[in-house]
Amino acid sequence: MSHNHSELADKFASNVERMKWHDKALWFVRVKRDNQAKSLDEWEELRNTADKIKSHTLAHLDEYLEQFEKNALARGIRVHWAKDAKEHNEIVLDLLRSHNAKMIVKSKSMLTEECHLNPYLEEHGIEVVDTDLGERIVQLRNEPPSHIVLPAIHLKKEDVGTTFEKFLNTQKGNSDPTYLTRAARAHLREKFVSADAAMTGVNFAIAETGGIVVCTNEGNADLGASLPKLHIACMGIEKIIPRLKDLSIFTRLLARSATGQPVTTYTSHYHGAVEGGEMHVVIVDNGRTKILADKRYVKSLQCIRCGACLNTCPIYRRSGGYSYGYVIPGPIGSTLAPSRDLKKYYSLPFACSLCFSCSNVCPVKVDLADQLYLKRQDVVDAGYLSPVKHNALKMATWLMCRPKLMDFAGFMARKMVPLLPRALVYSKFNLWGKNRELPPFPKNSFKELYKAKKGIK
Amino acid sequence: MSSREAILNAIKEAKPLNNESALPEVNILHTTYDDLDAKFATTLAGVGGNAVHLDSLTAVDSYIKEHYKEATVIVSTVEGLSTNTKELGATDDPHTLKDVDLAIIKGEFAVAENGAVWIKEADARHRALYFITQKLMIIVPKGEIVHSMHEAYTRVNFGDKDVFGLFISGPSKTADIEQSLVIGAHGATEACVVFL
Repeated sequence: MSHNHSELADKFASNVERMKWHDKALWFVRVKRDNQAKSLDEWEELRNTADKIKSHTLAHLDEYLEQFEKNALARGIRVHWAKDAKEHNEIVLDLLRSHNAKMIVKSKSMLTEECHLNPYLEEHGIEVVDTDLGERIVQLRNEPPSHIVLPAIHLKKEDVGTTFEKFLNTQKGNSDPTYLTRAARAHLREKFVSADAAMTGVNFAIAETGGIVVCTNEGNADLGASLPKLHIACMGIEKIIPRLKDLSIFTRLLARSATGQPVTTYTSHYHGAVEGGEMHVVIVDNGRTKILADKRYVKSLQCIRCGACLNTCPIYRRSGGYSYGYVIPGPIGSTLAPSRDLKKYYSLPFACSLCFSCSNVCPVKVDLADQLYLKRQDVVDAGYLSPVKHNALKMATWLMCRPKLMDFAGFMARKMVPLLPRALVYSKFNLWGKNRELPPFPKNSFKELYKAKKGIK
Repeated sequence: MSSREAILNAIKEAKPLNNESALPEVNILHTTYDDLDAKFATTLAGVGGNAVHLDSLTAVDSYIKEHYKEATVIVSTVEGLSTNTKELGATDDPHTLKDVDLAIIKGEFAVAENGAVWIKEADARHRALYFITQKLMIIVPKGEIVHSMHEAYTRVNFGDKDVFGLFISGPSKTADIEQSLVIGAHGATEACVVFL
């Protein structure tokens, strides 16, 4: 089934007040990011260096993964490989079953969202508790996250208050963020101390040392993984970095880009299990080698999931995470999703005004806007574009290839359109005019004005 | 063919071949600060923590008595404090630390640019202490402070026996409800860095 961004965006934007609030909330994060970036003269050099490290790593990805595995094994960390989501889920379930785990605490991992791990484990009788506050909120509401760093950004505090009233027995009508956060802290502490196993994502896996790094503000991954005897960390193949010291670049960029903080509260370097415990790392492909093979899109594998491109995107801010219909929304999702399934996600590359803001804020210099421009061409080549848009573009191409006719058409339009009845001008074929007024038509064309100014006859 | 081989083979076939660029130097020219202690204190305050300078372990004991009056269960990995009420190494099970009100731990050095402290205690049996405690105090030797993460990572290493190390910058926090910053998410609700 294919998915239409603009239809879902319409739905989100129909609540104008909520849409404007969402826009402002994310812009606030973007401004905080700008302040951090501007406070460092070396910001662009950090981005350049991060880009170089990531592109070098992708060119030697097999070598670094093998090096990571060798060093992790030497430390007693078990390493598993999964070709796809199914194999990933089966590995995790097997591990949990072999430890007789009934309830697990889990910190944020976009990979496990991508693999639909939670429903799979629940079907097999395992209780999964998401421990990031935003993720716990959406989990209780049975919703997916709408942002990769701020999972509940689509909700207002009153929504959270109602949800907690129902599930955590908080006071009716109390939607004070501090009160609600304390309630979640108490509720999740109970889960932390009774969990049989912990799962985390991976921000960085270090080839040189065989360890992994997880960054959080809440301390949920950290508390979760330090109590039970079993810790399973899941990572995509692109999470590898070559050297421990490469973290000096990435830790400076990640939180500043994500939330405008100088660093996350916790930057935990796991190089082995807790006393008497086991640590496992699952390395997952699930379509990534396909992207690696396409040099037009390979840089999308450099992404460190900071969310800066979402916060800056004028479309994301006004259409919300759910309008993308993919686990990762925003500009980065709009290239990753069609790389996975072009037909299903054909509309996402068009959820973009090509303003290039995403490319400019990306801390690892993923060429996002360029990729979306190329993806549009893939969509047209594959014949997935809607007939209205496709035919309009074909007619425009035909006309623009005939300058005399183009001039004449322009002349006629300037004369005729102002005289036409509104119903005809704003018909369903005028997609541009759907929510906008056309500007007044000028007397002369640009070409005429240009010639007159230059004195060309 | 195992999945491991399948993935590695797929990467070998797919990886971009025209990229011969070497790994770049990471210790790039970066912002430095005239007064490291002042910068650290300001940054830490900005992320919800506080920094103090004390002269002796006795002064630390008095500071604790004065500022953590409500704390009844106190665990310290720092030798020579009299305020300790519970031994970290005495328990096999980190779950028993759930009643800890205050943990006092050793930091190796502080980072001025972001208010973080590097912690890697080879002798601390349970890393859970850092996160499960209600309030956290980190003792850092006076003068052990660097400008940035570039310098920090020249001092970070993982030997064969090292299993865990981390940077902590302030108390745990979240802004997941309407972007309102709340100090005290799942980890410590207060974080004090003492230079001693």
